[in-house]
Amino acid sequence: MARPPIDEAALTERYGPHLNYEPPGGWQSEAQDPAQQLVRTHCCFCGQQCGIQLKVRNNEVIGFEPWEEFPFNRGMLCPKGVKRYMQSTHPDRLLTPLMRDSSGFRSAPWSEAISFTARRLTELQERYGRDSVAVYGGASLTTEKAYLLGKFARVALGTRHIDYNGRLCMVSAGVAYKLAFGVDRSPNPWSDIPLADVMIIAGSNTAECSPITTDYVWRFRDNGGKLIVIDPRMTPITRNADLYLPVRPGTDLALFLSMMHVIVRDGLENRAFIEEHTTGFEAVAESAKSWDPAMAARITGVPPEAIEKAAHWFAEARRGFAMHARGLEHHSKGVENVLGLINLCLATGNIGREGAGCVMITGQGNGQGGREHGQKCDQLPGQRSIADPEARRHVAKVWGIEPDEIPQVGYSAMEIMDAIHRGEIRGLLSICFNPLVSLPDATFTKEALEKLEFFGVIDFFLSETAHHADVVLPGSLQEEEEGVTCNVEGRVIHIRQAVTPPGDARLDSQIICDLARELGRGQYFNFQTPRDIFNELREASRGGIADYYGITYEKIDKQLGVFWPCPTEDHPGTVRLFEGGRTFHPDGKAYFQVTAYRESGDPISDEYPIYLTTGRVVSQYLSGTQTRRIGALVDQYPEPRVEIHPRLAAAMGIQNNDLVIVSTRRTDLQVRAMVVRTIRPDTVFIPYHWPGPKSANRLTHRTVDPRSKIPEYKVSACNIRKAG
Amino acid sequence: MQYTQGRLDYGFFIDPSRCIGCEACVNACAECETHRGHTMIHMDFIDRQSTIATVPTVCMHCDRPTCAEVCPADAIKQTEDGIVQSSLKPRCIACSNCVLACPFGVPKMKSELEQMMKCDMCYDRTSAGKRPMCATVCPSQALAYVPIDHIQRTRREKPNSVFFFGNERVTTKVFMMVPPGAEAINVDITDFMWESET
Repeated sequence: MARPPIDEAALTERYGPHLNYEPPGGWQSEAQDPAQQLVRTHCCFCGQQCGIQLKVRNNEVIGFEPWEEFPFNRGMLCPKGVKRYMQSTHPDRLLTPLMRDSSGFRSAPWSEAISFTARRLTELQERYGRDSVAVYGGASLTTEKAYLLGKFARVALGTRHIDYNGRLCMVSAGVAYKLAFGVDRSPNPWSDIPLADVMIIAGSNTAECSPITTDYVWRFRDNGGKLIVIDPRMTPITRNADLYLPVRPGTDLALFLSMMHVIVRDGLENRAFIEEHTTGFEAVAESAKSWDPAMAARITGVPPEAIEKAAHWFAEARRGFAMHARGLEHHSKGVENVLGLINLCLATGNIGREGAGCVMITGQGNGQGGREHGQKCDQLPGQRSIADPEARRHVAKVWGIEPDEIPQVGYSAMEIMDAIHRGEIRGLLSICFNPLVSLPDATFTKEALEKLEFFGVIDFFLSETAHHADVVLPGSLQEEEEGVTCNVEGRVIHIRQAVTPPGDARLDSQIICDLARELGRGQYFNFQTPRDIFNELREASRGGIADYYGITYEKIDKQLGVFWPCPTEDHPGTVRLFEGGRTFHPDGKAYFQVTAYRESGDPISDEYPIYLTTGRVVSQYLSGTQTRRIGALVDQYPEPRVEIHPRLAAAMGIQNNDLVIVSTRRTDLQVRAMVVRTIRPDTVFIPYHWPGPKSANRLTHRTVDPRSKIPEYKVSACNIRKAG
Repeated sequence: MQYTQGRLDYGFFIDPSRCIGCEACVNACAECETHRGHTMIHMDFIDRQSTIATVPTVCMHCDRPTCAEVCPADAIKQTEDGIVQSSLKPRCIACSNCVLACPFGVPKMKSELEQMMKCDMCYDRTSAGKRPMCATVCPSQALAYVPIDHIQRTRREKPNSVFFFGNERVTTKVFMMVPPGAEAINVDITDFMWESET
């Protein structure tokens, strides 16, 4: 039974989140005792991976200085980046291994914690089979850690089941891009954005979730570009939209099909491009035939003339650019949503050119790199399929094992939690993942966690999920371990070690290697430094889709990033994919994919007539394990509020700041109302960064996209009423 | 790129139409070494119930600063290059005259310090060849510190530094970006009344 050992309020009292407001030594300390070192590295939050310089004094991060030479963000940061240094000497930081006892957790020596963890995992595997334990990874880990974790699961534990929290992020886009283009990466660099003529931003609260991208979008408009924004909410990026399409949640695909309808009807498609560079257009054109704008308007809630205008603007642009994020991907038809947008780009010839393309705005810190090298349940390093015999041979050779020893495809993140709930998976080792806050239907997640026979956690703060752990191994923050990440553009960048872990905390990679040794598989984990891991990763990825062989730390420093694929040491990297219209499919073509519109997995009804959608705010990051501990960021948006249109509020007798109950088929949630004219009257929005009674994910449902296995966070059926 | 304080070709520009309300500026201002822990920037939602529009306010650095003119203790000084400083601690009597008089609502009375503090365009940074903290980090470049010809060349909106508050004409060192064709920013209804011209 993995119930929290003591009352959760007591755990929170002891391990936080507490709010840190000041740098070490206080605000004035730097004046007396200045920084000794400026370390050029990157922000740990979000897939933008902005360049930043950390100020270091006596092995402590005490502040930051903008890094203006780094070309992606040129010194720009969001409030999370400005305050990220406040996590580094945070009082909640875990400094020793913790083991569960009747008082809660007690400090334990490393030797005891490691041998206990290895012993429990082994006992479960001996009793219930190798696949009775699973590994959860995180998309904020460096690529070295992600690679190591994938190898650890397959080689040290021999389990099929390893997946990561990127499964909750953009995997629908990954699947769609692989289907259409044969590769999972944003094909265009961000420097292409200002060069476009017309841009669609679909399902992306760009200004709050990828703030730095805003400047690229505004520069695009300065150059005369026309901006089309598709979203059920008017987010800050909408303030300069030339055309705003307030799509009903869950109906984006209908909108794209209708735009395709207009393009085909009016003969706006790029025939020469379609014939030379694509397959499957006729079937897609046929599938769009029934989607005339009048019908699509009824489903999407977007006026027919706005659909017509968007289709014409985009198709008639010399350079069309489309950006999308979770608003398209977090759906039970997330893959189709993205394909619908890709189809529009293909029909109009908008890929592989300066200022023309379709890109995903990856959300998590190493959302891109963290999914390329083996912590996904279906992939081996280099974005290779784990089912591909040739890939298995290559990777087995690098690992020094037989191909048959590599387990086959395992469960995805949601399926792992399902398997825990039904008792099939009994042990879990998790690093940098807080599923109790981030997975949908938190009540179900909590039930599952309570069933675990062994739960080991590697993390730097005690997350709400870690309350359920048997053992907690204190790992390293991003600034404490060298490595690489891959930013939103596909640019591999260098994370420098600014400080060493405090107290008895250790490097994540060291902990994983120590566990492997304890499991008797040390000969495969003989790494002294992250660089050793990276060098093996380069070999493992060699010849794959995400080929890192030609990338070195030195080359990254020299070029300020290297875009993959980079197959040889004298190769500069590949800044823009699909130049000349050539994709990664064997025939070099882009494949149109037929999409079929269908309802969401939690449809509205008389009892639940309102759409609920969830997302992020600018001052918080994901499950808040880090950002809910930083005072200035918490003050900016202290707790979740439900955004509701005045028309719906009036109908329900709700006024601004009233306490309201939002209910879904799962449960109820009590939050304060924020009455705003910037959301559709049939929709409400709640951000999801909080645990327990404030957790929006208690309301969301467990339906996933059948191919990507992403949950449908962006549309649930709900009702709302005044509390009391 | 080096940025040098006092170089006439560099300007500070505010473009509220680019602001996304993220408060990176507010947070970064509190990291500035001369006033660490205290932010001098205001970021306001204009009317959140109706719109997502937000606006950042930094000191406009008036050519003839009203705050200094009304200060009974002569505590607010202007540098030779036109930067209006925070009040001098030994002189400031915390009377809040400046707070009330400033047409842009910039100075903040720090009651815990008994001193008025305000944006000094990061004098410590700009005088050392760096850009002001807020304009460096601003992810939408609603706050920008760049050469004037660069902003004229690259932006839709045009820089303006002439404001009318009724009959009061105020010129500033900091520029407000306005739609092309707007010669000055009129704030008061009387600016639009026939009687004002007589």
